[in-house]
Amino acid sequence: MSEAASNAPVPQSSEWMRSLKRLLREPLGVFGLALVLLVIFGAVFADFLTQWDPTRINPRVRFEGPSGEHLLGTDQLGRDLLARVLHGGRIALYVALVSTAISLAVGIVLGLIAGYGPRWLDNLMILVFDAMKSFPTVMLALALVTITGPSLTAVILVVILVNVPGYARIVRTQTIAIKTSEFVTAAQSAGASTARILRVHIMPNVIGPLVILASMDIPVVIAIEAGMSFLGLGVRPPTPSWGSILNDGFAQIRETPWIAIAGGIPIIVTTLGFTFLGETLRDVFDPRLKGR
Amino acid sequence: MSTLSISGLNVFFSTEDGPLHALKDVAFEVPERKIVGIVGESGCGKSTLINAILGLLADNGEVRSGQILFEGSHELTQLSKVEMQNLRGPRISTVFQDPMGALNPVLSVGQQMVNIQYRDDASKAQKAARAVEMLQLVRIPDAESALGRYPHQFSGGMKQRIAIAMALMMEPALLIADEPTTALDATLEVTTIELLKDLQKKIGCSVMFISHHLGVIAELCDDVVVMYAGEVVERGTVRDVFHAPGHPYTRRLLECDPARQTERTRILPTIPGEIPDLRARPQGCVFAARCLQQHLGCDQPQVEQNLGHDHAARCNLADEVSNQEVSA
Repeated sequence: MSEAASNAPVPQSSEWMRSLKRLLREPLGVFGLALVLLVIFGAVFADFLTQWDPTRINPRVRFEGPSGEHLLGTDQLGRDLLARVLHGGRIALYVALVSTAISLAVGIVLGLIAGYGPRWLDNLMILVFDAMKSFPTVMLALALVTITGPSLTAVILVVILVNVPGYARIVRTQTIAIKTSEFVTAAQSAGASTARILRVHIMPNVIGPLVILASMDIPVVIAIEAGMSFLGLGVRPPTPSWGSILNDGFAQIRETPWIAIAGGIPIIVTTLGFTFLGETLRDVFDPRLKGR
Repeated sequence: MSTLSISGLNVFFSTEDGPLHALKDVAFEVPERKIVGIVGESGCGKSTLINAILGLLADNGEVRSGQILFEGSHELTQLSKVEMQNLRGPRISTVFQDPMGALNPVLSVGQQMVNIQYRDDASKAQKAARAVEMLQLVRIPDAESALGRYPHQFSGGMKQRIAIAMALMMEPALLIADEPTTALDATLEVTTIELLKDLQKKIGCSVMFISHHLGVIAELCDDVVVMYAGEVVERGTVRDVFHAPGHPYTRRLLECDPARQTERTRILPTIPGEIPDLRARPQGCVFAARCLQQHLGCDQPQVEQNLGHDHAARCNLADEVSNQEVSA
């Protein structure tokens, strides 16, 4: 680093602005961001975008195709599909955010303990993580729902059980790599306690890559929610979920394909959006590409 | 009263092949407001000494006997973990060899300099102002905007000056500088040393300066402690030790200093041989195997010989050795 370059003033808040600018320069990132914003907008303003109640049954308008009144048509109980899709988005995003946040928190704590704690504890935890990871998701979901009964909480629990081992492993590996670095020794010699070293020095080094990874995991979470609801292991009817809409349309896919399409499209849109956004974020925040 | 007074310090590491006697009967003083240089080749126990003082020995290390008295009242080997944590930083601080590694790469310099003041009740703005003040003191140009920058945006010399600023921010009583200039080039080394000297005067702290660069020690330090294989082989004022070394090792070390070479030479002088295996310390003098001035008493334990005011060497022949001319 030359003296001239290091003299350029770089206020720290602009680091985020610069990353955002870099994100907006990537067409794929902009596209992903637009899709994600669209889904969030639809979920947040669901009540204003359609006047229909997603759970109101009207037998007189069963299996109606898309029309001016019902933009996406109706399902086998005469419920408005647009309303169900928009409100289903709320469930999907709720599950994605809550379960990802909890998975991250739990994963970080467990990973820090495994990485910084004694060797025997590390080995034990790794063993448990690997055992959890080797469990097929569907089997895990079935087993859990057999115990708890189908509910949104069950979905969130499954996602947490699926995600935590991976996050914890990443945090653990990073922690082990960082705990012997000189700035940690320097912090120790400046009297910092273990808790302080973990919080102030190791966490910030771990959290960046992890958050990006988590944002790329969101499509997986949404797929798990939709999948479990499709199988009747997730949200209970009549609560709308993309998975249950798909299931509703599945039986009549030959006669009235719009129901399955209405359930499927948002899953595709959300998955694509978060994947594109996540991948671009990864590139944008990659320190090796900084200053480009 | 000395800032740091070490006596009879013995440190062992347990290894698979049995106990390793890393520090043996180490004793020296760091007087108030003085700079004491610790010199010795790699593996002589300099790092172990620092870690023993800081209470940061590895899990397999143990202070088996001895005293580390800090400011006359704190016996560092007896303090609890928390008491030790409260001394490290505000009272004893450290600067490390590698300026690249000593700062956290993902936090801005400002964040780190504010963070390190976490024991203070001052507001964030006050802490930031103090950080700017310290950066100006170590002559970082444009200190205010430097706070927002990240470690990789600074050169090695600047990073080391930032590390020094952070170490001295709390005005400690003792600064341990672990080869702070080794990773810097020659010009930076000189400026960093002058800076350290200035700051030491300003703050009035004592400094324990570890280096294997004799020129730097001569330039900066008041006293010098020569270590070999975990023992203090000679200690005294820089003047006494450099002009009338009483231990053959010190003498050889001085002769090997490239800066003392006056003639062109193809081969720089070295001390042939290696440090003995510390798991099986020799009964007699630790340096005997490499010493050119062997005599009958070398296989006997060596007693520290007093060579005058605060000048002592652990060689039974010290009197004789110190009267020899330093060659080269």
